[in-house]
Amino acid sequence: MINETIHSIMDSRLKRQRRFIIMTSVLALISLALCFTMLMLGNTIYPVEDVFHVLMGEDVKGASFAVGTIRLPRMIAGVFAGFAFGVGGYIFQTMLRNPLANPNVIGITTGSSAAAVFCIIVLQASTTVISIASVIGGLTTVLVIYALSKGSSFSIGRLILIGIGIQAMLTAFINYLLLIGQENDLPAAMRWLSGSLNGAKMETLFPLVLMVIVFTPIILFYGKRLEMLELGEQAATSLGVDTNKTRIILIISSVLILALATATTGPIAFVAFLSGPIAKRLVGVGFSNILPAGLIGVILVLASDLIGQFAFVARYPVGVITGILGAPYLIYLLIRINRKGDL
Amino acid sequence: MRPTHTFLAESITAGYDKKTMLHDISIEIPSNNISIIIGANGCGKSTLLKTMARLIKPTSGQISLDGKPIHKIPPKQLARVLGLLPQSPIVPEGITVADLVGRGRFPHHTFMKGWSKKDYEAVAEAMEIMNITEFADRNIDELSGGQRQRVWIAMALAQQTDILFLDEPTTYLDITYQVEILDLLTDLNRKYGTTIVMVLHDINLSARYADHIFALHKGKLVAEGAPSEVITSELIKDIFNLDCKVIEDPVSDSPSVVPIGRHHNKSISVSESAVIV
Repeated sequence: MINETIHSIMDSRLKRQRRFIIMTSVLALISLALCFTMLMLGNTIYPVEDVFHVLMGEDVKGASFAVGTIRLPRMIAGVFAGFAFGVGGYIFQTMLRNPLANPNVIGITTGSSAAAVFCIIVLQASTTVISIASVIGGLTTVLVIYALSKGSSFSIGRLILIGIGIQAMLTAFINYLLLIGQENDLPAAMRWLSGSLNGAKMETLFPLVLMVIVFTPIILFYGKRLEMLELGEQAATSLGVDTNKTRIILIISSVLILALATATTGPIAFVAFLSGPIAKRLVGVGFSNILPAGLIGVILVLASDLIGQFAFVARYPVGVITGILGAPYLIYLLIRINRKGDL
Repeated sequence: MRPTHTFLAESITAGYDKKTMLHDISIEIPSNNISIIIGANGCGKSTLLKTMARLIKPTSGQISLDGKPIHKIPPKQLARVLGLLPQSPIVPEGITVADLVGRGRFPHHTFMKGWSKKDYEAVAEAMEIMNITEFADRNIDELSGGQRQRVWIAMALAQQTDILFLDEPTTYLDITYQVEILDLLTDLNRKYGTTIVMVLHDINLSARYADHIFALHKGKLVAEGAPSEVITSELIKDIFNLDCKVIEDPVSDSPSVVPIGRHHNKSISVSESAVIV
């Protein structure tokens, strides 16, 4: 009897593990395919061999510049920013147990944007300063939202509402800065309104790439604890999770990568918001979906950028496309929450 | 049999924010027994349990396991000896029964190591004890309140701790399920010697199932000991401000409280059938 139970538990666990591995591999393959497509497509279409040669560091006439200097940074920016948005969004949604409690919706990315736009327009600062400022902006926004929503007892509903309010204020601040800004600063600043991979350069990508590479393993390590945290503060503690430490580490890691992603590409709308739920739908619950959520983020950004570049007569920045994809889901979620009657 | 432990709370004072809920409480948990904490609403019984399970930090005093202060024991290591089932844990959306029970294995896992045979055995055993194997692949959302509570207890059992705390494990359950849960916990104690400490609302069930009672009143320990010694009409009057008769439970020989209300106040001599303790 007990053996039967052991086997059936083992079976369903292994089945889900298989599904996780297969899904994650498929997502990784799609990401990879999109990466190559990004490198191949453009004004001139280069075959895979040429792209390979360029990546190997060989000099290919024409292709070296277009692929190596223009398309490669664009692709890398898309991959790392998409991954950061996907992972960061998933962490916040899971930790706060609400799909709305998301870096986009509650204004963390807007905090990063506001700080960056301020640096561009008012301080005329360098890219490094802008990156640092946007990280500080993101972290400060989190702290302010958290402090304001704490009250006598912590409530996630209040946190979301305060976050939306703060976001509105920050957006107003950004618009004000854009109005007073000098004309030649505007293109750089406009990027902060809707995310775009245009103008990504190798030199500016380094902080984002480094942070994602450093913090992803930390986030994955704490992902197991995040699963326990889902059961509530008390259950997690009695399972041996240091809940405060776990939360702080996860928040700081995800805000750092989110802010740097925002600093690099601007706030690509809704990627952080959509990736987690899509990953859960595809992979299922029971396993930590951090990696799949990150890959979905990559796919959303790269695919949307390709659509924005090539599907229409005019070229649209990636944020416009993800915005069109994400808005209906937000409305759907709001309607569902409205029916259930709780935030 | 589970090993014997010395679990001590020494003159602890604790509470939330500025409100002190517990005043200078010292207790020793009887090892390998079932202890039940009773008291009126807001007397601090849940606070006591949470403080002992390190969910609340006492403002003064010390809680120790085998002579070691619990806050000095690494959290995972402590979680292999001491488990707590909170009053209202949260069900993650869409999780299956086996998955939830499996989360109880977390303190036994090390980094990067997958599930071992021991993990599967522990989960299967916990599910068999709680009679939930048939639901293994079901969604928790589909279960009834009583079934759900059995799943949560199974999760705590999969943790395989020597000491198990439960914060009102029978609240919101029908009487049938209350008895069922308490019977299962008694099985666990008798079969494995698991030390069980729980907060219960129902005095009569407490008196029936406890080896040891801790009675709390306004944050102070007012009585402790075997139910037959502790549960008296004086104590009930003291801690619940309720007039009552204490009779012998005809099923279990434990004391049973029969409340006296303004409308029901037959003199004792009339109810000869009841044995007055």
